[in-house]
Amino acid sequence: MKARVYVTLKKGVLDPQGRAVMGALNSMNFSEVEDVRIGKFMELELKGESRADEEARVRRMCEKLLANTVIENYRIEME
Amino acid sequence: MKFGIIVFPGSNCDHDCYHVVKHVFNQEAEYVWHKETSLKGLDCLILPGGFSYGDYLRTGAIACCSPVMSEVVSFAGKGGLVLGICNGFQILTEAGLLPGVLMRNRDLKFICKDTFVRVDNDSTVFTGRYGKAEAIKVPIAHADGNYFADKEAIDALEGSGRVVFRYSTAAGEVTPEANPNGSVNNIAGIINEKGNVLGMMPHPERAAEQALGSIDGRGLFESIIEGFAGQ
Repeated sequence: MKARVYVTLKKGVLDPQGRAVMGALNSMNFSEVEDVRIGKFMELELKGESRADEEARVRRMCEKLLANTVIENYRIEME
Repeated sequence: MKFGIIVFPGSNCDHDCYHVVKHVFNQEAEYVWHKETSLKGLDCLILPGGFSYGDYLRTGAIACCSPVMSEVVSFAGKGGLVLGICNGFQILTEAGLLPGVLMRNRDLKFICKDTFVRVDNDSTVFTGRYGKAEAIKVPIAHADGNYFADKEAIDALEGSGRVVFRYSTAAGEVTPEANPNGSVNNIAGIINEKGNVLGMMPHPERAAEQALGSIDGRGLFESIIEGFAGQ
């Protein structure tokens, strides 16, 4: 079983990396870019059997380690 | 007084802290490897600067899962003194011992330079030797020192005098220009509610001997040691 975890910065949290990338895109004449937010993508291979149980466990992993919920949101996709 | 300096894989200011505590202030000091599960006999823990676990995932995030950290949390819970410097501060926030988070610097650069910080609370066990609003010269060396917390957390810190150090000019003025990394309200160091856990981005251990250009960091160690002796 595979879990995909997307970690993104919460709205309102300044993303200096995203801003720098936006500046670079704008300077390359991609002037339509109005904002860039950079996040993290993680793929987890899981050996569990119950999809629901594993999803609940991945949620705990996100809360405890994979995301810092002070500044980040996370989204989980199970496959 | 006995200091324990916690060593994580990737800590690199552990020797500096040990040297200052042991040879500058003549206190007992020992290294505590992150796999340790006993902190017996220690009076003050220092989580030193560095790049624990290569800053993978987020600074300080993986160090929090080290076996010693649950002991550090319970040591702090019992009122033991804990000082987190730079990466140590990042670890303390990740461990939930201090609020907020240290994000990537506003200008994305690693900054290594002398800064001035104003002592905004001189009545903590870590700052008793400083004067109120005294500006001290202490270097920073970090890429992720941009302190952020939500409004509620910032209000709680500000409302209870828990912002201990703030980036300032040499004269102690807190200005946007004196803010090297984009920290909210120029925050450079904070303390927990109980007053026994301090996190700071500047390195007082690098400002404890004249040969290194400043002795303004000495007051922090002197405050801790004198406070302990007076107990």
